[in-house]
Amino acid sequence: MDRIDRAVNDLREMDELASGDSPVHHFSALAKLTVTVVYILTAVSFSPYDASGLLMMVFYPLMIFQITGIPFRTYLYKMRFVLPLVLFVGLFNPLFDRRVMLVLGGLKITGGMISMFTLMIKGMFCLSASFLLAATVRIDDLCAALRKIHMPDMIVTLLLLTYRYVSVLLDEASIMNEAYHLRAPGQKGIHVSAWGSFFGQLLLRSFDRAQELYESMRLRGYRGEFPYARAEKEKGRDFLYAAGWILFFVLCRYVNIPVLLGRLFVR
Amino acid sequence: MIEVKNVSYSYDSGNEVLHDISFTAGKGERIGLIGANGAGKSTLMKAMLGLIPFSGAIRLFGTEVRKDTLSEIRSRTGYVLQNSDHQMFMPKVYDDMMFAPRNYGLSEEETEQRIDRVLKQLNIEDLKYRYNHKISGGEKKMASIAVILVMEPELIIMDEPTASLDPRNRRKVINAVNSLDAGRIITSHDLDMIRETCDRVILLNEGRIEADGKAPEILSDKELLERCGLELPLSMQ
Ligand SMILES: Nc1ncnc2c1ncn2[C@@H]1O[C@H](COP(=O)(O)OP(=O)(O)OP(=O)(O)O)[C@@H](O)[C@H]1O
Ligand SMILES: [Mg+2]
Repeated sequence: MDRIDRAVNDLREMDELASGDSPVHHFSALAKLTVTVVYILTAVSFSPYDASGLLMMVFYPLMIFQITGIPFRTYLYKMRFVLPLVLFVGLFNPLFDRRVMLVLGGLKITGGMISMFTLMIKGMFCLSASFLLAATVRIDDLCAALRKIHMPDMIVTLLLLTYRYVSVLLDEASIMNEAYHLRAPGQKGIHVSAWGSFFGQLLLRSFDRAQELYESMRLRGYRGEFPYARAEKEKGRDFLYAAGWILFFVLCRYVNIPVLLGRLFVR
Repeated sequence: MIEVKNVSYSYDSGNEVLHDISFTAGKGERIGLIGANGAGKSTLMKAMLGLIPFSGAIRLFGTEVRKDTLSEIRSRTGYVLQNSDHQMFMPKVYDDMMFAPRNYGLSEEETEQRIDRVLKQLNIEDLKYRYNHKISGGEKKMASIAVILVMEPELIIMDEPTASLDPRNRRKVINAVNSLDAGRIITSHDLDMIRETCDRVILLNEGRIEADGKAPEILSDKELLERCGLELPLSMQ
């Protein structure tokens, strides 16, 4: 598959994942949004030297991957451009912070090494939590949830239409790309001489399509306020879901569970 | 129910695409709009829904097509676009069918019932939860017709509803259209379909009305049709 096609596919695959049918998918969008935000805030707030406490937080993405059956591979694949960046962030910490924090069998572990590790882990966790939100909540439901917590309609509609516009743009690109290669066999990529006209056309065509789509929306009664599915009423189980996870995150943050467990067994 | 008076339009300054078009139609009238490629059929339809700023006047249901009346007119009219890719913009067929009813505040239960009825009528129940990008061109056409029928419009405007459909689906569309009481304007190059679904035909030629009359008369006028770049319907040859 071509790069453009793959991009189109990536986006649609997220749509399909989000329309899944696992137990997690059935909780309300607002509950999942809240859990995700609290998770990210909690993960980020850990001290850079509290690696063991932070590690407990892996339980959340692990559980969600497990329950939804979304393959971990998919996550790694989708995040292939972002993950390296996240892992790169803490790379220089060991150079700056050389205080020895503990010694493991003769190996001196410095503060920099630990903080590099926690930074990478935090990045990974935040990414996976965002990914899991996107993979378990449809964009429309997410927007409806945002409207419910009084995010301005302008912003939410912009988010939604951008999302749709990007897929239209990619779609047009993929069609043109196909047409180009059918008549330029054996060529790799698009020849430099055609870049100008290709991207010019692409822009015009996707404007046209966006315009047509917009007309089609207006014809069916769109007047600037997107008609989200009837906002689901949060049920008891949604509260339980959110409360359960938040309680767990707070525990991870303020109680050192590994140490506690250790004490339980070793007196 | 439809009054079109002295409507003209040009896309770019200079060449006019519609010249001084006028006609009227009563409630429930079934009109076929025919003409060669580029005759201006789609443009006339867009004008009727206020999608382009034409000169002249159009009234639908007694209401003039103006900026401030568009939402009323559009809520009572169903427009099937020539290109169904442009019509469908939600991830699934079902979402697209929900779009208009939600905009107009129909209850979800009522909408669900209507959706199932329309899908059954068109015999495409299996498309309900399919992804728009994963169905064939003809299936998408059927879905785009279904999307319009859920609103139970009083006037249906269809731009080439049977293009790219196989014979069986073409038949389904003809039957579905004929089972509706709503007034209709249909464009098509499939003159046999026009013969089966319309009583009156308006023939456009280079942006002008060349003929307007009973369907059987115009559709059997070989000389007239050929002058306008068309041919007799197959069933009349
Ligand atoms: N967006 C546009 N900008 C400029 N000219 C246009 C545009 N759309 C259509 N035209 C021109 O207007 C004329 C009428 O177009 P229209 O789409 O109404 O034809 P049509 O009768 O629907 O033809 P077809 O049977 O091919 O669908 C054509 O000559 C076409 O070139
Ligand atoms: Mg046309």
